[in-house]
Amino acid sequence: MDNFHQKDQDLTKLLEEKARWVRKETFKIYKISPGIRLASSLSDVEILVALYYGGVLKFDPQNPYWEGRDRFIASKGHGSISLYPILADLGFFDLKELARISHEGSFLADIPDTRIPGYETINGSLGHGPGVACGIAIGLQKKKSDARVFVLTGDGELNEGSVWEAVMFAGHHKLNNLILIVDNNKTSMLSRSKDIIDLEPLEKKFSDFGWKVVRIDGHNAMNVYETLKNLKEDTSGYPKVLIADTIKGKGVSQLESDAMSHSRVLKVEEIIDAERQLQ
Amino acid sequence: MNPEPLKKSMREVLVETLHRRMLNNDRLFLLSDDLGTPALDKIRKDFSDKFINVGIAEQNMVNVAAGLALEGYVVYTYAIAPFLMRAYEQIRLNLCVSSQIRPVNVNLIGVGAGVSYDVAGVTHHCLEDVSIMKVLPNMMVFSPSDWKLVELFVDYSIEKKSPKYFRLDGKPVPSIYENINDVDFSKGFYELVSPTAGGGKVCLVTTGYPTHRALQVAKKLPGVGVVDVFMLKPLNEKLLFEALKKYDSVITIEEAFLNAGGLDNLILKILRANRSTIELNSLGFNDKYVFDSGGRDYLHALNGLDEGSIIKTVQKLLESSK
Repeated sequence: MDNFHQKDQDLTKLLEEKARWVRKETFKIYKISPGIRLASSLSDVEILVALYYGGVLKFDPQNPYWEGRDRFIASKGHGSISLYPILADLGFFDLKELARISHEGSFLADIPDTRIPGYETINGSLGHGPGVACGIAIGLQKKKSDARVFVLTGDGELNEGSVWEAVMFAGHHKLNNLILIVDNNKTSMLSRSKDIIDLEPLEKKFSDFGWKVVRIDGHNAMNVYETLKNLKEDTSGYPKVLIADTIKGKGVSQLESDAMSHSRVLKVEEIIDAERQLQ
Repeated sequence: MNPEPLKKSMREVLVETLHRRMLNNDRLFLLSDDLGTPALDKIRKDFSDKFINVGIAEQNMVNVAAGLALEGYVVYTYAIAPFLMRAYEQIRLNLCVSSQIRPVNVNLIGVGAGVSYDVAGVTHHCLEDVSIMKVLPNMMVFSPSDWKLVELFVDYSIEKKSPKYFRLDGKPVPSIYENINDVDFSKGFYELVSPTAGGGKVCLVTTGYPTHRALQVAKKLPGVGVVDVFMLKPLNEKLLFEALKKYDSVITIEEAFLNAGGLDNLILKILRANRSTIELNSLGFNDKYVFDSGGRDYLHALNGLDEGSIIKTVQKLLESSK
């Protein structure tokens, strides 16, 4: 095996290990604060792992607002609790903070905000990230910065009109430093997304507005990493969207099969079973 | 006072001043929801890379502004005042909440205060904006009565890193301020007509266009004072009370719904906080939308905001205090 493939295999292994660890840590957080959106925070794990451990994003944990950083906006803020262990692991804040989520005096809440080092914006009320990201993207262009803006939305979030105002805007302005990732877990709060507002074929919606679209399996961490890296390096004059097909509640069968996993409260025996599945 | 003060459109003055500042400041952006004014054409031409017509999309306009502000730019957004209301949650979250942690200098220019777009009708009337903007923490609410204040406020707004709402009149208005350099934005108000020595009977406390009516009334009824509150939030309440306590009674006049958290409630709160016995009367719009067709004077007359109605209210107070 040549060096190149060996490196790839090592990275694949690293990303998969990190993804497993992040799921376990996210579940621990859920046990401490059951109000977090667990299922929504399990579908985007490989996406976050690829961004932060794969080397897609430039960042400096010691200086979260370092000018040269890539901006990452977790527009599905409530569904980004899996980012907490990642940020702590990378040194944005102490790992011990994870156990204090939503405790008095903690800066980690059930829904994140900008008190948390590493969070650019406050989200979790949906549909804001893409528009704010457009403003950041233009600001970076004016500064002649080569930093990129990554935004993570859910697919239920795409029902917000403000998302499409931003999608139209980014397409028109050919914001080539903007990369949107749709965590397409096909599940909103009360039902599967297709039973609420069916947006398929989703690729067409974006390409019609002038976006470059890639659609892949969002749980193949290495593939997500390679795709995001390519999209980041692609400076053709279009905003880019990665539609990552995922499973809401990934890793916990009780959640995966439940159309209402978003707000599901796991029973004690289900928690024990889930922990076994996540090992 | 100049017998014929120069009439100018607030929005035109604002955009002209911005144009001048853009010549020396490359941190300024102007966003519009497809609304224009002649001075704006100059910015579009001379600073095409700092002007963005976001299209008829107010939610996105506010969000794009927030993103630019997070990157350190000073952003002005330009829209018909009531249309900003559809971006209320964007304003709340991405401007007001966010600015408590990270600096966000976004200036929301709302054109068409009160019923200044009189005949356009109910969609363009704007009687709720002060209430809903004032309730947002970290938001400054600027409600100028003349274009000179607007011109002066531009430099202040560039420096002051917070979200701001500019409540601009839709129609050209004459200038009021002669000694504009005496204006202190952190104080928030200005005594345009001071009481005669030994205290006055009635003070008209106004914001925006009604300040012009108050000045007319004060000309006809000597001894009536006029205080123009151009910054509804924040303002120096202590100094404002010092100005008001020289009077027996106060009449607030505003182009806004009454008892909805606007100027009237602000003055009531200040008087109560000081255990004042000053009598308070408030003129404004009752809790109903205005479906009547007609000019601003007519709409004001229907709602007790015309000169005659104000004079009657003042005279009643003068009678009762005899």
